[in-house]
Amino acid sequence: MSAHPTTYVPKSAFGKWFESRLPIAGLVHSSFIAFPVPRNLTYFWTFGAILVFMLVSQIVTGVFLAMYYTPNAGLAFQSVEHIMRDVNYGWLIRYLHANGASMFFVAVYIHIFRNFYYGSYKAPREVLYILGVIIFLLMMATAFMGYVLPWGQMSFWGATVITNLFSAIPVVGDTIVSYLWGGYSVGNPTLNRFFSLHYLLPFMIAGVVALHIWALHVPGQNNPTGIPIKSGKDAVPFTPYATIKDIFAVVVFMLFFAYWVFYMPNYLGHADNYIPANPAVTPAHIVPEWYFLPFYAILRAIPDKLGGVIAMGAAIVIWCFMPWLDTSKVRSTAYRPLYKQFFWLFVVVCVILGWLGSRPAEGWYVIASQICTVYYFAHFLIVLPVLGFVERPLPLPNSILESVMGVQKGGAGVPAGANPEPHSKG
Amino acid sequence: MMKRTLLIAAAVLGFSGAAFAAGETPVPPQQKWTFQGPFGTFDRAQLQRGFKVYREVCASCHGLSYVAFRNLAEPGGPEFSEAQVKALAAEYQINDGPNESGDMFQRPGRPADRFPSPFPNENAAAAANGGKAPPDLSLMAKARTYERGFPWFITDVFRQYSENGADYLVALMTGYQEPPAGFTVPEGGHYNHYYPGHVIAMPNPLSNGQVEYPKNEAGQPQAPETVEQYAKDVTAFLTWTAEPHLEARKRLGFQVMLFLLVLSGLLYFTKKKVWARVGGEVEGHATPPMTHNP
Repeated sequence: MSAHPTTYVPKSAFGKWFESRLPIAGLVHSSFIAFPVPRNLTYFWTFGAILVFMLVSQIVTGVFLAMYYTPNAGLAFQSVEHIMRDVNYGWLIRYLHANGASMFFVAVYIHIFRNFYYGSYKAPREVLYILGVIIFLLMMATAFMGYVLPWGQMSFWGATVITNLFSAIPVVGDTIVSYLWGGYSVGNPTLNRFFSLHYLLPFMIAGVVALHIWALHVPGQNNPTGIPIKSGKDAVPFTPYATIKDIFAVVVFMLFFAYWVFYMPNYLGHADNYIPANPAVTPAHIVPEWYFLPFYAILRAIPDKLGGVIAMGAAIVIWCFMPWLDTSKVRSTAYRPLYKQFFWLFVVVCVILGWLGSRPAEGWYVIASQICTVYYFAHFLIVLPVLGFVERPLPLPNSILESVMGVQKGGAGVPAGANPEPHSKG
Repeated sequence: MMKRTLLIAAAVLGFSGAAFAAGETPVPPQQKWTFQGPFGTFDRAQLQRGFKVYREVCASCHGLSYVAFRNLAEPGGPEFSEAQVKALAAEYQINDGPNESGDMFQRPGRPADRFPSPFPNENAAAAANGGKAPPDLSLMAKARTYERGFPWFITDVFRQYSENGADYLVALMTGYQEPPAGFTVPEGGHYNHYYPGHVIAMPNPLSNGQVEYPKNEAGQPQAPETVEQYAKDVTAFLTWTAEPHLEARKRLGFQVMLFLLVLSGLLYFTKKKVWARVGGEVEGHATPPMTHNP
């Protein structure tokens, strides 16, 4: 945010007085108004705004739910039903919150794979990218603890299975698990601390999101060509161009969100979670929410408990090393014909892993999970480093503007001086 | 074999979770429901009949503890009149107290009371039913489902199929039959075609003509007094108890979708106009020169 000297000049006397004491208006102006945005961004670049909307939506609906929810093992299930039946529009708030978690993950997965495709993780955006991975990890923890709160069968048994994973850690494992549980099994203290943490973590996410946006405003946004902004003609000011596009995209995403909330509100959940938690009865299949399934498949692909936990953790931690594992000088996959095929193969493998995660761990499902897990890691450890050396990328355009004119079949392009606002940064 | 043994063991213990034994449990047929689809609403008469079935058949063992008598008069449900609900509530005895002298007492029910459960506590319910308490039915239509499998779980999203629980319940209640040759039903169990593992603790609850339905002008029952019809009616009623705001949800949903559709249209054209200032929106990247420059 500090990378571009602000061109903001307060007009009123109070504005000048205030700005000289706290230059927040200038900060907002340089970050969200004058900030130069590559002019060729596609709708894949609107998912940042969509994710901010989802975070706010989850916090707002969550705060209202917390006014009626009771974090007690004997009362939690009942209090959720109270919200669903007796609280005015309680059913709406709860369905928004429950489906909102899924929508949050839909948006974040598109955001992450957009970053993979266009090489947004490469220099100079490594810190920005790693902050994103941290946000994703915090989201996973938040979503997991949130799913425990209704205290249904899948809440209870999901919590049991996942917290038990920590016991695989040598020496300190059992101690960690008893701290997570607040006792010697999942019970009321577990529910209490999960509720507390579920309320805390979203604000930590908001903090890291602020850092993520800050880190974004230093190098600026990547774009479909992967080449940086070279002149003012390559960019447009954030407001109104990116703002109106983001608002439009958020509203279209709200349509998608509303479809689930109003017509299929329980599709993304589990029927078992409408059965109150019962420590004496284990559900036939304990399955996590859909957004955890690929990682769950990796966990179960390894026959050893500790090995499975390490593989599952490594599946995400390995993302942090991508900026250095990828040896290609070219950012955008659009100019990497060979990598393009591997990228889509990787997407397919992730989807198959997700499906395998929903299957019981038996028969050929296990073998398929193992093959996919090996490929998942090979993508990062073999494909990314090797391809940079063997692949011959296509020639890059000289500038975003040149590329964009190509899109328009060498036609209209941007008339000289058509862009009324000067840009401070190339 | 091991799996079957485990399933039978679970069923004998009365385990009633939504268990699926791959390839063993048949798929329930899909029914036609008035409440399916984006504009679905409940059939009031069907909910009222379903309530009668619940009251005369299911209620002797199963509770309905999340439902209050007043709910029966609320919009979007069976919509009994206030007077009917008041009279109905008064037929039940509710535990209340303690009074001024510290004693618990019984009093006639009021519309604000919830349905009293048939057993004083879970242990009593279990003791009277062969070791396992019959589950509460309030949420049953959402707490059961059946495996859809690929590709149906994807097409379900587009055709808004969310009556899995209801279809399963009808199949279960009409699925009692003689066990196939060679299948031994353990003591205290009953063979059911659609129950996962086929051995269910609940005996066949319904029989033809068991519940008398209200008569129409011609003096005929308004719906056939058959097991099939009873099962459908009580399932519709249980879908309402599980999702009492279903009608309000779908109605509001349509308004929200319409509003967002219009708003997104307006925003689209606003965006186009704004971008026209810089010569229109351009996205993406050129087809790399090698492919179109010989």
